[in-house]
Amino acid sequence: MAVIKVNNLVKNYGKFEAVKGISFEVNLGEIYGLIGPNGAGKTTVLRVMSTLLTITSGSVKIMDLELKEKPDEIRKLISYLPEDAGAYKNLTGRKYLTFIANFFNPKNTQEMIQKGIEIADLDDRIDDKVDTYSKGMKRRLLVGRALMTNPKLAILDEPTAGLDVLNAQEIRKIIKNTANQGTTILLSSHNMLEVEYLCDRIALIAEGKIVEEGKPRALMEKYNSVNIEEVFTKVVK
Amino acid sequence: MSALGNIISKELKELLTPSAIIPIIVIALIYGSIGSSIENIQEGLQEKPILGYIDEDNSELSHVITNYLKNNTDVIFNSTDILDKSIGLEQVKEKDGVALLLIEQNFSKNILNDSQGDIEIYWIMKGGGIFDTISSDALERVLYSSSQEISKILIGGNTTINSTIALWPTKRIDTTYFKDKEIRLSPSTISGLLASQSTFMPIIIMMLIIFAGQMIISSMALEKENKTLETLLTLPVKRTSIVTGKIAASAIIGLLFAIIYMFGMNNYLQGLSGSGQLNLADFGLTLGNQDFILVGISLFITLIAALALCMLLGTFAKNFKSAQTFVFPVTMLAMIPMFITIFFDFETLPLIFKGLLFAIPFSHPMIATRALIFDNYLLVISGIIYVLIFAIVIISIVVWVFKTDRLLTGSTLTRKIRLFRKRF
Repeated sequence: MAVIKVNNLVKNYGKFEAVKGISFEVNLGEIYGLIGPNGAGKTTVLRVMSTLLTITSGSVKIMDLELKEKPDEIRKLISYLPEDAGAYKNLTGRKYLTFIANFFNPKNTQEMIQKGIEIADLDDRIDDKVDTYSKGMKRRLLVGRALMTNPKLAILDEPTAGLDVLNAQEIRKIIKNTANQGTTILLSSHNMLEVEYLCDRIALIAEGKIVEEGKPRALMEKYNSVNIEEVFTKVVK
Repeated sequence: MSALGNIISKELKELLTPSAIIPIIVIALIYGSIGSSIENIQEGLQEKPILGYIDEDNSELSHVITNYLKNNTDVIFNSTDILDKSIGLEQVKEKDGVALLLIEQNFSKNILNDSQGDIEIYWIMKGGGIFDTISSDALERVLYSSSQEISKILIGGNTTINSTIALWPTKRIDTTYFKDKEIRLSPSTISGLLASQSTFMPIIIMMLIIFAGQMIISSMALEKENKTLETLLTLPVKRTSIVTGKIAASAIIGLLFAIIYMFGMNNYLQGLSGSGQLNLADFGLTLGNQDFILVGISLFITLIAALALCMLLGTFAKNFKSAQTFVFPVTMLAMIPMFITIFFDFETLPLIFKGLLFAIPFSHPMIATRALIFDNYLLVISGIIYVLIFAIVIISIVVWVFKTDRLLTGSTLTRKIRLFRKRF
């Protein structure tokens, strides 16, 4: 079953064409990666999927709901983690998770919060103010926030950007586990190792268009490359 | 360029932004306009007040007063018959005069018998603003001087009159006609009493609008700066709820601070005026329960309108620093009606200024108190309706902005400004 169906998506900022007719589908429980250089249009695609930006033309369906017509319904099914997301500095980690959980299930937030705390894995620091967290702690809290709501679709923009190796590894494991539990994941990344490890399928984007799509291993074979980085270089050049 | 020069150049570029320069220019212009207004007051005091008089006593001492008035004022009516009082008043009103004076019978006799001579003054008061009583202030000065002329005669004539009477030979009995009310006070006293209220309310409202407005603009800017806005906008919550929630929270805090300010300012003003002050209520110039409800409604809707406007401006702010720039227009829109309502009465303003003041939504609660004292319900209720429509329109625009890309990508306007800055 396709959780995401994108058909000829176009997104313009004024006269600038950021996304030029992209089409792809992502199946239930799949991890789908958008790979591309800076300014290729990855974040724009993710922002469109997460109902932040309007569509210039084309069609996007999430769980068979037309994004243009049912953004409020879609927001109940998705969770979006922006690349440089922040949390409210004056709240503690726990209160931040409570604030978010209240939007999804106000009558029974405890289970959701507990899941968020487990994913964030901040121990006693969960009761400290977000302002006192390191970058890695903040990112773990935000990943916890994004995944605790049991979304049908998690949209993660550079989920491990700026993190040290250990923190990044931890987050990758969490993402993989979440997908194994049935959540579909759409992510973007610059880290080719991460893409190779995480993604079931990837799409290479350049200048607002998908220039290649497939399973990482199949693409490596197709381009006779030892890793995705090499594939990426060959395709984009 | 040297290292020092390089740093100075960079600092100047960062500090001399439009947000730093524009407020300085506007504040300088405001002070300039206040200065020229004070100049106008002084010029107004030099102008001869227009009046009429009835000299019922028609005696040597009453002639001292009337002669002085003829030389120092513009007398448009005079008589010696008390029956002409209503004709005199009509003529003074018609000629846009200040007052009709009535020098009572036995004026001279009383003074020569060690009593003060009575002068009844029927004031025609046009407005309750500080600037509206300039001509009555000028007449009060003339009357004081004319009384001194009698003192000179009494002292120079070696009379046996009581020294207090010689120094203060006349007594004024003031009656003021103001907005269909007859008040046994002079215009300057009424103006002073009204000022205690008309100064209090505009200052509180101005502070409330600026404080609450700054809060909501900063809140929007911080959501962007801390990168929490994107997350908030992807949560299952209606855009209307986000907008309403932010406005309601700022309104609650704003009203809380307004109450604290009100207590503080009230004590301050009571302390200034002392315990023996006159009370407007003693002269029927007071607000009833329904008036207070109307003032409250006007204040609340204005606050909501102000917060909605600030939220709209806040959507353009990129970060906390740029938010300060967007507070400025709101500050101006709060300060301009504050100054106008302190110095002028709405009803005595020229039509164009009335229109401008009415168009500024923050003016209405500032105008409301005085208008309700004088039963001008039409002005207050039409103001409430206008501000309500304004608030609904602005909230609708904010909700629309929240549903578009503009909140995240910046508006066409901000993009144009950025482009303009790059070019120059």
